[in-house]
Amino acid sequence: MNETVNAVETNDLSRRFGGFVAVRQLNFTIPRGEIFGLLGPNGAGKTTTIRMLCGILLPTDGQARVLGYDVARQPEEIKKRIGYMSQKFALYGDLTPIENLEFYAAIYSVPHAQRTQRISELIQLSGLTDYQKVLTRNLSGGWRQRLALACAIVHEPPMLFLDEATAGVDPVSRREFWDLIYQMAGQGTSILATTHYMDEAEYCNRIGMMYAGELIALESPDVLRTRVPGYLVQVDCEQPTEAVQALSDLPGIIETTIHGAQLHVLLNDAGEASHMLDTLREAGVVVRSSLPIQPSLEDVFLYMVEQHQASAKSDSGE
Amino acid sequence: MERMWTIMRKEAYHIWRDPRTLGLILLLPALLLILLGYGISGESSNIPITVVDLSKTAASRQYIENYSVSQDFEVMYYASSEAELLSLIDTGKVQVGLLIPEDFGRKLNSGETASVQFYVNGSADPTNVQTIQLKVSAIGEMASEEILVNRLMRMGGGLSLTLPVETFVKTLYNPNGDRKLFMIPGLIPIILQVQALLLSALAIVKEREQGTMEQLIVTSIKPWELMLGKIIPYLVVSIFNLFALLILGQVLFGVTVAGNYWELVGLSVVFIVGSLGMGVLISNLAQSQMQAIYLAVFIVLIPAIILSGLLYPRDNMPWLSLAYSELLPVTHYLTITRAIIVRGVGSSLLWWSSIFPLVVLSIAYFAASVLVFRKRM
Repeated sequence: MNETVNAVETNDLSRRFGGFVAVRQLNFTIPRGEIFGLLGPNGAGKTTTIRMLCGILLPTDGQARVLGYDVARQPEEIKKRIGYMSQKFALYGDLTPIENLEFYAAIYSVPHAQRTQRISELIQLSGLTDYQKVLTRNLSGGWRQRLALACAIVHEPPMLFLDEATAGVDPVSRREFWDLIYQMAGQGTSILATTHYMDEAEYCNRIGMMYAGELIALESPDVLRTRVPGYLVQVDCEQPTEAVQALSDLPGIIETTIHGAQLHVLLNDAGEASHMLDTLREAGVVVRSSLPIQPSLEDVFLYMVEQHQASAKSDSGE
Repeated sequence: MERMWTIMRKEAYHIWRDPRTLGLILLLPALLLILLGYGISGESSNIPITVVDLSKTAASRQYIENYSVSQDFEVMYYASSEAELLSLIDTGKVQVGLLIPEDFGRKLNSGETASVQFYVNGSADPTNVQTIQLKVSAIGEMASEEILVNRLMRMGGGLSLTLPVETFVKTLYNPNGDRKLFMIPGLIPIILQVQALLLSALAIVKEREQGTMEQLIVTSIKPWELMLGKIIPYLVVSIFNLFALLILGQVLFGVTVAGNYWELVGLSVVFIVGSLGMGVLISNLAQSQMQAIYLAVFIVLIPAIILSGLLYPRDNMPWLSLAYSELLPVTHYLTITRAIIVRGVGSSLLWWSSIFPLVVLSIAYFAASVLVFRKRM
C-alpha cells in the first residue's frame, strides 16, 4: 500500500479553528523524490498544512495521504517514516549534539548495529565534528539548524517535512543547508518545505503558493515566472520618484514600482519600452541605463495575490 | 521499551546538568521539614500573661505564684489598672490578663468567696484559645482546692484531708502528648506531595513551551513510554527526599518509626508514583507552566494541607470536603504514616481503610495521565 507513486496526495484538505478557516480545500500531489515548496506569508496556513500531513493535527475536512497512509486514520504509520524539522529547532540545549542525535536515534528505533555508524555519518555530513562535545545551547543558529536537520533524518526517512527550517539563519548557512537538501532529494527523499524566503523557492522542483489558507498557484518556478504577463524593464535613473509620476498616465504600462534607486516598469509588451524611456527623458529624468529583466518570484507572488483577490471580488459581486 | 529508557536518560541529564535546580530539589524539602517541624510542633507553653494585683496581700501574691511557677504561663507584666491590662492584650503583648480585686485578701481571710477575673485573647486560633482557657481554669481550680484544704485543715485541727476521687488517664502511643510525634509524620507526606507534584507538573508542559514536545509527537513514541520515562527520574529524586525526611525526623526531632520501616518505604513509593501521575495529568491539561502551577497549588496542594487531616481532624468535615479529601492520595498516605510511625500498626490493619484507596488512586492518576495525553497539537 505504500508503493504508491506519490509521497503526498491531498484531496480538499481543510482545517478550521472555530470560525476561522486556516486551510481551505488544498489539492496537490508530491511525486517521490521531488522537492516541493509551500510559499506564502506568515499566517497563510503553511504550518497548519504541514502539521496535518505529519499526523499531529486532524483535518476538519478532506483527506490526505502521506507515503500511502491516511493522515487521520494511520498517523503512527506516517510518524515512523517521516522526518520533521520546525523553525524552532526543537533540540535539547543541555545535551551535546551527539546526545541529541543518540536520543532521536533511539526514539526512532534506529537498529543498534547501524546507530554509531549513522550518527558519525551525520556528524560529518553536517560538519559538526568539532562541536560534538559542546552543549547544544552554546551553538550558533546555523549549527543548531544543521543539527536539527541531522536529528530529523537520523532514521533515513523517505519523506521530510521542513517548516520554515531556515528562519533566522544567515545566507551562507541557508545555502549550505539547501545543498544538503538537494543531496537528499538526489538520493530519493521526498521533501516538502515551507518558507517565506522567495529566493529559497528557486531550489524547489515545484511551488505551491499559499495565501489566506488557499493554494493560489501550483507550478515549477520557471513556469510561474511566465505567468506574469507583459515585459518587465529595470530602469536605473536619478529622481525615481519623479519618474513614477511621469509614467503614471502613460498608456501601455501595467505597473511601476520603486526598488531602491531602481524602477521596475511592467509594460504590456516589449514594443512600448522605447516610448516609455522617451517619456522619462522629456520629463527631465536622467536615465543611466535600462534592461529587460525576469520577474522575481516575489513579483509573481504579488501578481498572483492581486489576481486572486480580484477574482474573489468578482465572485462575491455576482 | 528502549524509548522509555532514552527519555529517562535525557530527563536525568536535564536534572544532573542543572546543579542549582538539583540542589534545590534535593535540599529544600529537608530544609522545609526543619523549618515547619520546629514551627508547627511548638507547644503552647510559656503563654505571656499580665497581672493586675489590686489586693496586694500575701494571699494574692500566693495565688499569682500558682501561675508564675507553672510551665504554661509566664508573667510578663504587672499592670496597675484594668485599662492597662486590656491595652496589653489589644497590642498583642500578652494573651491572658489576670485581675485580682482589692477585696481578694480580705474575703479569703474572712472565709468568704473571693473572685478573680481572667481576660483571654479570643482572636487567636480557637484551639489555642481553648487550651489556654483549660489551663487557666485547671490551675485556678488547683489553687482553689489548695486554699480549701488549708482552710478545712485549720478548722479540723491537724486532720489530714484528701480529695475523694483521683482520676488516672493512661495515654497510649504518645504518652507525653508530644506534638512533634503528631506533626512530623504528617509533614513528611505534605512535603513529599508538594515535591512530587510540582516536579512532574512542570515536566511535560516545559517541553511543550520550549517546542520539543512538537518534535516528540511527530515520532513514533508511545504515550506510556514518554510518561514513564519522564516520571522515573523524579521518582528517584522523591525517594531520596523520603529517606532524607525520615532521617531528619529521627535525628532532629527524635521521631522514630515504631512500625515496619520497609513497609512504610514501600507504601511511600506507591504514594509518590500516584503524586507524580497526578502532576503529569496536570501537565497534560495545562497549556503553560503558569497554568500548571495554578492547577497544582489550588486543586491539590492547598486542599492537601487543609483537608488531609494534617492540622484538623477529618471526622467533622462536611461531606463535600470529606469526599474531596478522599480523592487525594495524600489523605490516605498521611493516615498510613501516622499509623506506622506513631502507632507501629502493621499494614494488615490498614489494608482496606487506607492502603487499598491509596493504591487505587495512584494507579488511576497515572493511568489517566497516559490516557489524557494526545500525540496531537
